[in-house]
Amino acid sequence: MLRLLQIEYIKLWNNRSSRVLIVAYFALLLCIALIATIKFDIGQVHFQVAEQGIFNFPYIWHFNTFVASWLKLFLAIIIVSMMANEYSNKTIKQNLIDGLSKWEFIYSKFLTVLSFAAISTVFVFIVSLLLGLLYSDYNEISIIFSDLEYLLAYFVKLVGFFSFCLFLGMLVKRSAFALGFLVLWQAFEGILYAVIRWQSDGNMASAIADFFPLNAMGNLIKEPFTRLNAARTVASQIGETITKDYSVHWFEIAIVLVWTALFIYWSYALLKRRDL
Amino acid sequence: METILSIQNLTKKFGYLTAVQDLSFTIEKGNVYGILGPNGSGKSTTLGIVLNVVNKTSGDFHWFDGTVSTHDALKKVGAIIERPNFYPYMSAEKNLELVCRIKGVPYHKIQEKLEVVGLADRKDSKFRSYSLGMKQRLAIASALLNDPEILILDEPTNGLDPQGIHQIRQLIKQIAADGTTILLASHLLDEVEKVCSHVVVLRKGKKLYSGRVDEMIASHGFFELKCSTNEKALALLQNNRAFREIKEENGLLTAFLDEPMEAEVFNRFMFDNGIVLSHLVKRKESLEEQFLALTGS
Repeated sequence: MLRLLQIEYIKLWNNRSSRVLIVAYFALLLCIALIATIKFDIGQVHFQVAEQGIFNFPYIWHFNTFVASWLKLFLAIIIVSMMANEYSNKTIKQNLIDGLSKWEFIYSKFLTVLSFAAISTVFVFIVSLLLGLLYSDYNEISIIFSDLEYLLAYFVKLVGFFSFCLFLGMLVKRSAFALGFLVLWQAFEGILYAVIRWQSDGNMASAIADFFPLNAMGNLIKEPFTRLNAARTVASQIGETITKDYSVHWFEIAIVLVWTALFIYWSYALLKRRDL
Repeated sequence: METILSIQNLTKKFGYLTAVQDLSFTIEKGNVYGILGPNGSGKSTTLGIVLNVVNKTSGDFHWFDGTVSTHDALKKVGAIIERPNFYPYMSAEKNLELVCRIKGVPYHKIQEKLEVVGLADRKDSKFRSYSLGMKQRLAIASALLNDPEILILDEPTNGLDPQGIHQIRQLIKQIAADGTTILLASHLLDEVEKVCSHVVVLRKGKKLYSGRVDEMIASHGFFELKCSTNEKALALLQNNRAFREIKEENGLLTAFLDEPMEAEVFNRFMFDNGIVLSHLVKRKESLEEQFLALTGS
């Protein structure tokens, strides 16, 4: 396992564009901290984002994982291209000839995906913990370490998404087309949802849509904004009460894990069937 | 003798096209083998199958004694097929480090093998900056990293300039001289003739011949001769059982032998019969002539 990771490390770290993207990704993750410094001074009104309670434990776990997961697209580019480049450079062929088995090849890519997701999760954990310690109104240990399931959801979300990218890179063999396909797939899920909704009803449609891969990954961490006190105040002023389930459910994680397994298996099956 | 690779009834179909048909042969340790055939005769497909990158349709092959899986066996094999494939953004040395990791070979081999192919001073240059000849030599260095039991080369001189071709051939001869088994696929006859001891001839995926290069056609060679009295010589030779066929072309007689005979003996025989030769050469059919005879084109 270590050997496979070392192989992938040599391939990735010596490529300038992936190195730049990886560094940029983690730099951007750090920039979440910069949200804290956003300030508005409009006449008498002093508004600082950090004081709106977004950095309160345990809400911060929810908010930061949600925001951080937007950045996953950066790593998606790296993952799609690391797969597609193996085809365009024909190095996949050479790797197999040199004695890597087809399973080892897929497994080494999957290990890379796992490491990216794990490092990113740890990174978000540390950044959030520090931000929380600085700005949170509640600092009891029991509160700090509650709601950590958002981090698990974040990890699973990244692993699922990257596995999807891996599979697309394998399927399409060209990084630009694979990324295009990703966007296309997102649209396709939306259209499929609309069609089902049109043919049946809204409940049925969203129940089915929960099983679509991208939708299932999106469901893992719901948007945190309407959970803020400020948003609730606004809502109650216009006579609305927000009742929404923000928590992470085990079956949502299970759906994404099943998709992950399928994507990896399909990638392997594709490689096994193909004549290179 | 120790068997390195044995192939039994191997068949590969691409849709309706049969690229390799019912192919069987064995590779023994210590010999230099050539796979010879025109373009599209199934050479690369056959190598692709035994190298784990092309799926066979039917038949079987096994490496060494057949107890190891193909990908583990490949760690003891060095192979380059078609173009040299490396990561263009990495230096030669980094590319070889990667191969070392895959094959489980220590890094100190890199310098040694780069010196063998004469690239040690360019090891820090990126692969994409290499000329085709250098890329091909790097591929050979990479294939040699694990001191392979067998070196497989597919058209190693394809697309190279004469100097590059010469360098690669020298390298192959040098490696063969060290006792490494080599399997060389080529459509170039003189390449196979110069380097190989054994040959498998393919045409349209079928095996036409396999065995020693010099036994490819059971032939004792032929004499080419000239003299002032061609009719007399022709009559004399036609009555001699040692010759199976006599041809006359532009005043040059060609007498094909049916049994071994030295040029000296032949010369004395002609002289004793009152014929003085002005030109006498004993030759064997070139591989090219044998190959064309075999492939029937």
